[in-house]
Amino acid sequence: MIPASFDYVRAESVDEAIGLLSEHGDDAKLLAGGHSLLPLMKLRLAQPAMLIDIGHLRELSYVKEEKGYVCVGALTRHHDLANSLVARASAPVLAHVAGQIGDPQVRHRGTIGGSIAHGDPASDLPAALLALGGSLVVQGPNGIREIDANDFFLSFFEVALTPEEVLIEVRVPRSEGQWGFEKLTKRAMDWAIVGALAVRTSNGVGVALINMGPVPMHARAVEAALASGANASDAAQHAAEGTEPSADFNGSVAYRRHVAKVLVGRALKTAGV
Amino acid sequence: MSILGNRVVRREDPKFLTVGGTYVADLDLPGSVYLTFVRSSMAHAKLLSVDTSGAKAMPGVVAVYTNDDLGIARMPTIMGMTNEAMTQPMLASGTVRYVGEPIVAIVAESREIAADALEAVVVEYEPLTVVIDPAEARKDNDLLFPDAGTNTTFTLDFGGDEALFDDCEVVVELTLINQRVAPCPMEGRSAAAHMTKDGRLEFNSATQAPHGVRDGLAGFLGLEPDKVHVVTPDVGGGFGAKASVYPEDIVVGWCAVHLGRPVRWTETRSESMLGLGHGRAQLQHVRMGGTRGGVISAYRIDVLQDCGAYPAFGAVLPFMTRVMTSGPYKIPKAEFGSVSVVTNSTPTTAYRGAGRPEATAAIERTMDVFAREIEMDPAELRRRNLIGKDEFPYTTPTETVYDVGDYHQALELALEVAGYDELRAKQARRRASGDPIQIGIGLSCYVEITNGLPDGEFGAVEVRPDGKIIVRTGTSPHGQGHVTAWSMLVAEQMGVPIEDIEVIYGDTDVVPRGAGTMGSRSLQIGGAAVNQAAVDVVEKAKDLAADLFEADREDIVLDKSNASFHVIGTPAVSKSWGELAKAAVAKDGNPLFAEVDLASPGPTFPFGTHISVVEVDVETGKVTLLRHIAVDDAGRILNPLLAEGQVHGGIAQGVAQALLEEVVYDPDGNPLTSTFADYSFISAAELPSFETRFTETPTPINALGAKGIGESGTIGSTPALHNAVCDAVAHLGVRHVDMPTTPIRVWNAINDAAPHHDAKNTTKKGGR
Repeated sequence: MIPASFDYVRAESVDEAIGLLSEHGDDAKLLAGGHSLLPLMKLRLAQPAMLIDIGHLRELSYVKEEKGYVCVGALTRHHDLANSLVARASAPVLAHVAGQIGDPQVRHRGTIGGSIAHGDPASDLPAALLALGGSLVVQGPNGIREIDANDFFLSFFEVALTPEEVLIEVRVPRSEGQWGFEKLTKRAMDWAIVGALAVRTSNGVGVALINMGPVPMHARAVEAALASGANASDAAQHAAEGTEPSADFNGSVAYRRHVAKVLVGRALKTAGV
Repeated sequence: MSILGNRVVRREDPKFLTVGGTYVADLDLPGSVYLTFVRSSMAHAKLLSVDTSGAKAMPGVVAVYTNDDLGIARMPTIMGMTNEAMTQPMLASGTVRYVGEPIVAIVAESREIAADALEAVVVEYEPLTVVIDPAEARKDNDLLFPDAGTNTTFTLDFGGDEALFDDCEVVVELTLINQRVAPCPMEGRSAAAHMTKDGRLEFNSATQAPHGVRDGLAGFLGLEPDKVHVVTPDVGGGFGAKASVYPEDIVVGWCAVHLGRPVRWTETRSESMLGLGHGRAQLQHVRMGGTRGGVISAYRIDVLQDCGAYPAFGAVLPFMTRVMTSGPYKIPKAEFGSVSVVTNSTPTTAYRGAGRPEATAAIERTMDVFAREIEMDPAELRRRNLIGKDEFPYTTPTETVYDVGDYHQALELALEVAGYDELRAKQARRRASGDPIQIGIGLSCYVEITNGLPDGEFGAVEVRPDGKIIVRTGTSPHGQGHVTAWSMLVAEQMGVPIEDIEVIYGDTDVVPRGAGTMGSRSLQIGGAAVNQAAVDVVEKAKDLAADLFEADREDIVLDKSNASFHVIGTPAVSKSWGELAKAAVAKDGNPLFAEVDLASPGPTFPFGTHISVVEVDVETGKVTLLRHIAVDDAGRILNPLLAEGQVHGGIAQGVAQALLEEVVYDPDGNPLTSTFADYSFISAAELPSFETRFTETPTPINALGAKGIGESGTIGSTPALHNAVCDAVAHLGVRHVDMPTTPIRVWNAINDAAPHHDAKNTTKKGGR
């Protein structure tokens, strides 16, 4: 439980963090809340030579509404997002999901940026981002770019950030419509065995799945069925299509596929679909 | 007015709630070196080579040892009952037999250096066939110890009546898995040792039994027991798994002796999950027979006990299961058989209940299956078979003598608190509605044995000239609240305020003897010893007062309202405890003092009834515990607050076994649950507020009328919850779900039953 030796630098600005990333490349890792990275390091499954600590950058901790979008600074802690009046009014599903992550200790340390940049398919916030049709604002040596959430999660624990880039903001369209969130866990603090999220947006119904494949994913077949007029129960039967869940002692592939249908059905019902 | 029976708040708590405790790892030992262990990554392999040269060459590494360097004897057999060819060396020698087995000891100037040095040791393994399933182990196809010629290490066989079930109208048969669990105390194993200037080994240990650690160290290290001084600072839980000495403890002591520097070792959580003994791990085959009218007449349980790689205390725990075979029921014929086998896994040891929860789980689950078979309400079946309150002392078919009980009272009270009939009506309505969220109600009537390996205990009371009272006890509390409880006993006998009482434990220099704290023994024997010492010291004080007052011994009165002695009828002239303590010293130089080595009058048998109410989502298999009602009878209750605390913690752990916890290995013996992310240690979020009640049936066995309460919660709760889950899905054709009743398990059980009872039909109707 003692990590391998590493260097530690506290970056005082995003620019400084980018500079350090450019300098050290793959040897360096950004440290935000540390709730994914530090356990891996303690088990020596990750052994970065340098940690660039950005967790204290207050300028990246905010929730605000701008031009029809709810913008969340990447270093906003889950607890702060869950209790943000802006988020609760204009993206209530995002606030709710943040409030269900892990346990109070995790929510007081973990950040939305860290959670999303980690790209864990069993995490809840990436699914919320997909269902809401959100995007990611990232900054690198060549400036700022925005990445659609659909293009962000590439493969297992791999996202569309280059080694020099820092995720600085998460954006979702203002979304006051009904939504449903269902997460099956053994314990309240656990990662989802399977999770499902349904949100009614101006573009239709966004449906996303948690822990049903190597990446956080849309339930595309459900979305398509709904778009072509299927009712919620029938649409939910398509929830497992295109998924690639893994098997472990918490659930077989068949079980996860079954549960995905159940949870999508319930999430759609709660969302009033 | 008596202080006994009152909710006296814990004297221990202000420290824990403010500055916190002081644990072994917190001790300030200047100049310490840090011990850590290279542990096997293979479940079963020959050690072809162990190259420590890289670690030895690292700056800051003080010493690196393999087993040959130590020259310490192997661990002993367990009470002479386990196979001599299966003992564990201090460090692996030639063969490793479980993942986590220590191979190399590294001593370094810091924990960080030690952690890096671990990675520099190169171990070359030649894999051997892994035996992880105890049923496979029993076949002896692949042996862990070829010299033993078998994997079996301990057997029991009680009865062998081939006609056992011949006159039964109904016989049910069940195979039960009482799964392997990890004790998970908040503080893992930890020790810190150094040689004192006068050549003694001072050993700080996170243990439940300091005198046992002292004797163990002395024996292994070839020291006289009085050359070893064991101290327990605050200990963060143990649950039985810290009641014995581990090889790592001995190596800590050895290093301190040989290096002449303070040596400390504190295991990490990941190490603790592999190195601290595991609990339970029984495979049970159960048969129960009786009449269609609900009279149980015959019962047999056969246990296959998984000992892990080296027989530790777990190997002989079937003995305790045997003792409790027939539970609280009047069953004319009951038999028990057990076989304990080694497998390539962490050794199993005592864990909260230690052999008794397994007995209760078996018979209580089977009672429900039997009730279902004869279509009788499970509460009614229990009511008809419980031993009546006029039948004590009661001798069971396996020759256990229960002291006293009123089992029916506990059952009826639990049913009343639960609102049982209304619950059944609610369940029926929910079933009829076809709602995917179904209700289950589970009962468990239990009786268990405390101070089951009846040891005596030491207790002493000393009055100091300033009037303060010093209590010494051989028990070794690690959360139970003995400081509060023993203070109450002494205050009651001596009339002194509890603030004036200091309770000393966990120091082998100050407390000469002690068996420690395990098996729910402390109050009934350790508390009783302290109580007796207080009674004795009052008698001695009366002798002194008689001298001082020049009065008749029989006329001396202790006025407990102001803690002073006077001659009957003249309370105005009195002597305080402090004055008598001074008089004692003046008389012959000895303090006013009494010590007692109380011999055990035998075990006691707490009992009770637990009821769990659950919701089961039949579409996902997820179980939610809604209510847990516990009626426990531990004889006379000294302090309900402490007793409830024991019951609460016990229920949490018992519920956790039924619902969540399981140590899982893959077929190659790799542990899949060595962190709290994977091992589903229960949290407050999964637990409702418990509904606890006590009935009090004092035992005649001891002066306090007290039985043990430390393990009742665990013993009673597991089968209640397990039965509730099975009950919730029984109408779907499910006969049984193995523990832990995780979502996948429950869902699989529903699915497997579906061809007979169309589960999907039932659930479709309702939707949600």
